[in-house]
Amino acid sequence: MDKRLPVFIAAAILGIFAIAGTSLVAFTHTATKARIAANERETLLRSLYALVPSESVDNDMVLDTLQVKDPEQLGAPVTTVYRGRMQGDPVATVLTTMVTDGYSGPIKLLVAVRYDGTLGGVRVISHKETPGLGDKVEEARSDWIYSFTGKSLGNPSIEKWRVKRDGGVFDQFTGATVTPRSIVTAVKKTLIYVQANKDALYDKQASSDGVTAKG
Amino acid sequence: MVETGFRSIITDGLWNNNQALVALLGLCPLLAVTNTAINGLGLGLATTAVLVSSNATVSLIRNFVRPEVRLPVFVMVIASFVTAIELGMNAYFHELHKILGIFIPLIVTNCAIIGRAEAFASKNNLQRSLVDGISIGIGFTLVLVTLGGMRELIGQGTLFDQAHLMFGEVARGMTLKIEDFPGMLIAILPPGAFIGLGLLIMVKNLIDKRVVTKATTQTETSEGAAGVTT
Repeated sequence: MDKRLPVFIAAAILGIFAIAGTSLVAFTHTATKARIAANERETLLRSLYALVPSESVDNDMVLDTLQVKDPEQLGAPVTTVYRGRMQGDPVATVLTTMVTDGYSGPIKLLVAVRYDGTLGGVRVISHKETPGLGDKVEEARSDWIYSFTGKSLGNPSIEKWRVKRDGGVFDQFTGATVTPRSIVTAVKKTLIYVQANKDALYDKQASSDGVTAKG
Repeated sequence: MVETGFRSIITDGLWNNNQALVALLGLCPLLAVTNTAINGLGLGLATTAVLVSSNATVSLIRNFVRPEVRLPVFVMVIASFVTAIELGMNAYFHELHKILGIFIPLIVTNCAIIGRAEAFASKNNLQRSLVDGISIGIGFTLVLVTLGGMRELIGQGTLFDQAHLMFGEVARGMTLKIEDFPGMLIAILPPGAFIGLGLLIMVKNLIDKRVVTKATTQTETSEGAAGVTT
């Protein structure tokens, strides 16, 4: 009994601190939960509106989503599709395409395709490409990513959807061809996917409160 | 007596026992996030906040926690504070949190923090532990900001790039940019972190050495050797 007692006291102390620590984390989580969710929503909405102007849609694009599975064309096992509508009519879809054959690790894209098949724009959300070389695909580092805006499968023609080195129309960077090449291919595949599934992507399912909350 | 105690705690934390330059602790986050001054500042302040909270808590409970469970309790205290601070950063500095990402949770593994808890806070009272936490934290932050600033300036020709992530839109004007400077890529890449830290340690040792020689020449030659020191 005498020898066991200190062990129990030690265990009790450890337990008290476990409870105190967990309480602190739980309390902070509760206090910040709403704000973090709002931040994430705002960040997402800002990047969506950069591609699909907020005045061209009147639905809540963050909630009006669809999950599609086509790893062949879109890279990731599951791809989220954000739909933009104006008074119920389709305006544009934004797909979270993943580039799997970049220079180092996956590159996550947002690809906005308007209902007429032209690109509303492309943005890189995250990547691990070489700083100073491949990272020129970032909006903050160069204007390259803007070169997609307005393009479509017919403009340029399908065989011109390559970087210039491969005989296409898109610039590559000095010292970095792999990154732009893989992004051009991924955007092209996304366009092909959207063209093939055009109406299914705007399906009304999972969009019960489509016409509410203006951004 | 008490005053000199505090003074030596402060000089130890900032200079003599600087965790980054002398103890070489916390190198993983130190080397990884210092590609810009603002990233360094963000991680430095988060680390300081954790250090101060954990030092204070450990100091308050130092007589109450039994030695056998001391380390697990310290780890638990630190991990709780880190998680709370990470959530706070996500809520109030969302963009910066996205950049620092994985390195905030990794503050838990920063040996400097458990090191101070074990070596200092568990043996000293609250005031002394607080002062120690603040000075160690500021010392660490200064190294992060200096190294980040150096790498940023050499690597991409800017200073305080993306300051608005931390200080809001007004701080956009803080960013300095050298026009027409393409930057030396190596400074931003991982080797640049090692080289930069090496240079900082070298500068610190040179200064220390100069101070020592100055002190000895001053005591050896009482007068007439004033030319040497100036």
